[in-house]
Amino acid sequence: MMDFRENTFRLSSDRNFGKAALMVGFVGLAGCIAGFAIDRDHFFFSYLTAYAFWLTIGLGGLFFTMLHHLTNATWSVVLRRFSENVMMVLLFLAILFIPIIAGIGNLYHWSHHEIVAGDPVLKEKSLYLNTGFFIIRAVIYVGIWLFLARGLYKTSLAQDKGYAESQTERMKKLSAPGMLLFAFTVTFAAFDWLMSLDAHWYSTAFGVYIFSGSLLSALAFITLVTILLRQKGYLADLITLEHYHDLGKLLFAFTVFWGYIAFAQYFLIWYANIPEETIWYRVRWLGYRPLTLLIVFGHFVIPFVVLISRGAKRNLTVMKIMAVWLLFMHWVDLYWVVMPSHSDRPLVGLWIDIAAMLGIGGLTLWFFWRRMASQPLVPVNDPRLTASAQLISD
Amino acid sequence: MRMAKKETKMQVILAQFDGAEALLDAARGVRDAGYRKFDCHSPYPIHGMNSAMGVTRSYLGFIVGTVAAIGLLGAFYMQYWMSAVDYKVIISGKPFNSFQAFLPVVFALTVLLSAFAAFIGSMMLNRLPRHNHPLFSSANFERVTDDGFFISVESGDPKYELKKTRELLQSLGGVNVEVLET
Repeated sequence: MMDFRENTFRLSSDRNFGKAALMVGFVGLAGCIAGFAIDRDHFFFSYLTAYAFWLTIGLGGLFFTMLHHLTNATWSVVLRRFSENVMMVLLFLAILFIPIIAGIGNLYHWSHHEIVAGDPVLKEKSLYLNTGFFIIRAVIYVGIWLFLARGLYKTSLAQDKGYAESQTERMKKLSAPGMLLFAFTVTFAAFDWLMSLDAHWYSTAFGVYIFSGSLLSALAFITLVTILLRQKGYLADLITLEHYHDLGKLLFAFTVFWGYIAFAQYFLIWYANIPEETIWYRVRWLGYRPLTLLIVFGHFVIPFVVLISRGAKRNLTVMKIMAVWLLFMHWVDLYWVVMPSHSDRPLVGLWIDIAAMLGIGGLTLWFFWRRMASQPLVPVNDPRLTASAQLISD
Repeated sequence: MRMAKKETKMQVILAQFDGAEALLDAARGVRDAGYRKFDCHSPYPIHGMNSAMGVTRSYLGFIVGTVAAIGLLGAFYMQYWMSAVDYKVIISGKPFNSFQAFLPVVFALTVLLSAFAAFIGSMMLNRLPRHNHPLFSSANFERVTDDGFFISVESGDPKYELKKTRELLQSLGGVNVEVLET
């Protein structure tokens, strides 16, 4: 019916976007430098929030790619290159982790010997929470992610040159242990980088909490990019309304999943009512009440009500708005996780937060867009490409 | 009452088709001829069959949604009434009206009642359970679980006329045409 092999599916003149992203990135970086000079502590917290935002999107892309291979999915073949390009931003973000290592002293109070010496809880935890081991662990997490992402990506690009069944097999074989490693590394990275900001507090659900937001935002990002490309006239025959319907179902499902995990974490702590656990929510209720309520309604109730109907999932305008909204809420969520460790009130020094978002975001998008422009937008030699494009859901 | 009387008089014309593509084309033909009370039978689900048959969206979702809302509000009110109105007990120092403690039951009852509504609603919308159908008197129809593709038109359809309907099915490529009665 359709012969896709004739077509290369490459972006033509849209490299401009990459340049624009790079410009925004540099402006953001300039803001970051100013923020670093004016309020060093705040800069590192802003940077960590923005870094976690873009990193979780990349990790969501890695998860979605592995999920695609493991389930042998057909419907998502047309989306595979998008999620692969999303996961490859991890390569770039690995470099951007260096400022966090430089800011360990500003971010994590467990890194100061004199504080640990006077704190019996931190003293007990110091075997795990110490600067050296923290860096070693970070290198291990990032190393595993890069190994998985590069392995999957290289095989995928080799498939564009010529198809061999062994490539598909290899990607599946990499994904199976990859999924397990992913679960461990993401959980412990969330513990190390975000949860240990308040080193007295702990929650076993925290890793899953970050993961649920991660996959949700990666799906929102993929939805947004494909819709924007569609408006420029790309891939309208391949990524059809049926695919957006399915993406909408996943966005809805992971909105519910996020809500479930977020409530489960809160609920157990509320029920047990142990001060060392409840303090985390108390701080966020006293100083950050508007943000807390915004997250409850904006991250769960509104997307739940909007995305539940079939009509909304098949309406690209609604989907685009929801994708942007969910990405914004993901940032609010991370801000709400990170910032209370630094300041009692929200939105203080917001310009540094925005500068960090623009800086890391602009550079990450530039990196993302370079890959988008240098490779075909879909895996052109995947034998299931035609079947994927002809997806019908009823 | 109405159903019972109609079923005793029910007549069904059954026609067999070559395969999934032929069945889709024939379904479009029957749909375009204006029939509503007809059904397609195949060994496996065929994508696009709903639109080929002109089946409109089921309103089951609205039934489930309504019952889910009842479950949500009912579960919340039940617990509020029990723990904050009727039988107040202090539990680990929490307020009587603690919505946090109610939510797991609210969630569970919403899901449970939704599942009931979905199951019972789909049974009712499909007029199930029923004890027999004229189709089961056809020996050839047994192939539907193996390699047979069929269309059946029921006499309840306003456009139904034995001769015309049979000719329509034959013109669409139907073979082994049978007229079945209860």
